[in-house]
Amino acid sequence: MDILTILAESARTAVGPVAAIYALAAIGLNLHFGYTGLLNFGQVGFMLVGAYGVGISVGVFDLPVLVGFVVGLACAVVLALLLGIPTLRLRADYLAISTIATAEVLRLVYRAGFAEPLTNGVYGLQNLSSGFRSVNPFEAADRYGFGVFNFSGNHLWVMVVTWGLVGLFALLTWMLMHSPWGRVIKGIREDEDAVRSLGKNVFAYKMQVLVLGGMIGALAGAMMAVHQAAINPDQFKPQVTFFLWAILLLGGAGRVLGPVIGSVVFWFLMNFTDGLLRALGSEGYLPFLSGPDFGAIQLAFVGLLLVVLIVFRPQGLIGDRKEMLINVK
Amino acid sequence: MSSDETTVSGAEDRMAGVEPVPGVAKPDPILVANGVRRSFGGLKAVDVGHLEVQRGTITALIGPNGAGKSTLFNLLTGFDRVDEGRWSFEGAAINGRRGHQVARSGMVRTFQLTKALTRMSVLDNMLLGAQGQFGERMAGALWRPGWARQERANTERALELLERFRLVDKRDDMAGSLSGGQRKLLEMARSLMTEPSMIMLDEPMAGVNPALVQSLLSHITSLRDEGRTVLFVEHDMDVIMGISDWIVVLAQGRVIAEGRPSDIKSDKQVIDAYLGAQDDEAAESREGDDG
Repeated sequence: MDILTILAESARTAVGPVAAIYALAAIGLNLHFGYTGLLNFGQVGFMLVGAYGVGISVGVFDLPVLVGFVVGLACAVVLALLLGIPTLRLRADYLAISTIATAEVLRLVYRAGFAEPLTNGVYGLQNLSSGFRSVNPFEAADRYGFGVFNFSGNHLWVMVVTWGLVGLFALLTWMLMHSPWGRVIKGIREDEDAVRSLGKNVFAYKMQVLVLGGMIGALAGAMMAVHQAAINPDQFKPQVTFFLWAILLLGGAGRVLGPVIGSVVFWFLMNFTDGLLRALGSEGYLPFLSGPDFGAIQLAFVGLLLVVLIVFRPQGLIGDRKEMLINVK
Repeated sequence: MSSDETTVSGAEDRMAGVEPVPGVAKPDPILVANGVRRSFGGLKAVDVGHLEVQRGTITALIGPNGAGKSTLFNLLTGFDRVDEGRWSFEGAAINGRRGHQVARSGMVRTFQLTKALTRMSVLDNMLLGAQGQFGERMAGALWRPGWARQERANTERALELLERFRLVDKRDDMAGSLSGGQRKLLEMARSLMTEPSMIMLDEPMAGVNPALVQSLLSHITSLRDEGRTVLFVEHDMDVIMGISDWIVVLAQGRVIAEGRPSDIKSDKQVIDAYLGAQDDEAAESREGDDG
């Protein structure tokens, strides 16, 4: 494998369905953290309920896929309310702890034996995408695109819908944040007591954001279900949330396109480092490593890149350095 | 200091006929508090039997460190929960209301540690103060024609206020780039955006460059002169004596004295409270009074 092939393959992944799904989930996280300052460390929990909304509706009850999306979104609303009502009046760290714990508990519940009639436990759910693919305007087996950017009809359909949703919610974010509502939200990020003293119901605003961002995360989870056609609880480990945080900080928190650029660059780096390590390994340059080590080394390598980024460009790729430099206290 | 004398003489007019005793009834109170209590563990931080604040005056709340001034502020404005007690504002009971509800009813507060929203522009800080904005509702936000006109009117009003507080040149700067004194001015201007009938200032002079103090004082008196009520906590005795119409002295959570500045200066109990607390500032101000 030469370096050009690795670059081409990485570029292809960077615009692929997975990058789109992560970009969408990170848009939700951007609303939470980037604009409102809510520390949500459990975005994967919202993705999980979204994915299983589709999974259970389609896979177990044979309902139309659109119903699955609605169920997933409704679950996200319930989850956001359950998380928000007890914690949003408290200090920010309570939400952080609750979300990370809740997301992990959800995963354990969905994979538990007693949930098997609905979730099929650790075996997960299969055959989830036939409804979605039945409205695919592209030929499933054909290849579309040009040069290295060619995808199967099925993948292209997922990409069109997911990137479409990314565009839609980026636009929604832009519109909300350029309105008086967004001004209140940014004010809450700076100092919620000040905003409260000006007669704004801070709790209600935070709840609105938690619900909206959670629903966007659930939508990303639902797209994941129809993209993969099969889901399994163990895909929704805390690691996914941390990838989303890395994406958000990489791109630039509090920027409309931060999550989008972050996701593209993140998945490019993930694939490029992976491809590079494997290529070096197969050429015999890494004699002290065997196949399974590459994954770990690759993650460490991406982590190192992120650390370097935080040190030299703390505002992210498209963040505003001037804003970062102002002392928040 | 002839300007000080005029304000003091004006002050005596405003509170004419009110006896300088704790808990005294005022002719036209805007705020009436009864039995307000709050303790932290075993410590009784606030225990105010009866307190009235006269409409259209500048009332100062003073007391040694730890007297419960800020706690009382937080309680009255809904930023802390009382153990017991009732208070009414403009004749309507507001105890148990949350901070934002109290602010909406026309009683707005500032903070001891200035809370400028640092990573937002000065103008955005101001616009946050405007009440009843259609665009602040989530659904309304997406329909720009629904709030564009209101936004223009609010911006106009904000710029007028910024002009008055001499911040208009800074309107597009981040609030975090302002100096401490300018932040105090911004906070005051922002609270005026809510069109309050009563303004609660928590240590408005703390951390302000002495050169700005006079300007801040004139802004505070101008608030009263346009018919608003001001209640403020302050440490600087010269400031308090200069601009207050009425002074309420707290010690260990209780109102131990109230009266005009001239009454308070000579009040034995007040002097004892300050001396008893071994407060450096208080000792200084007492020396000032003697001299």
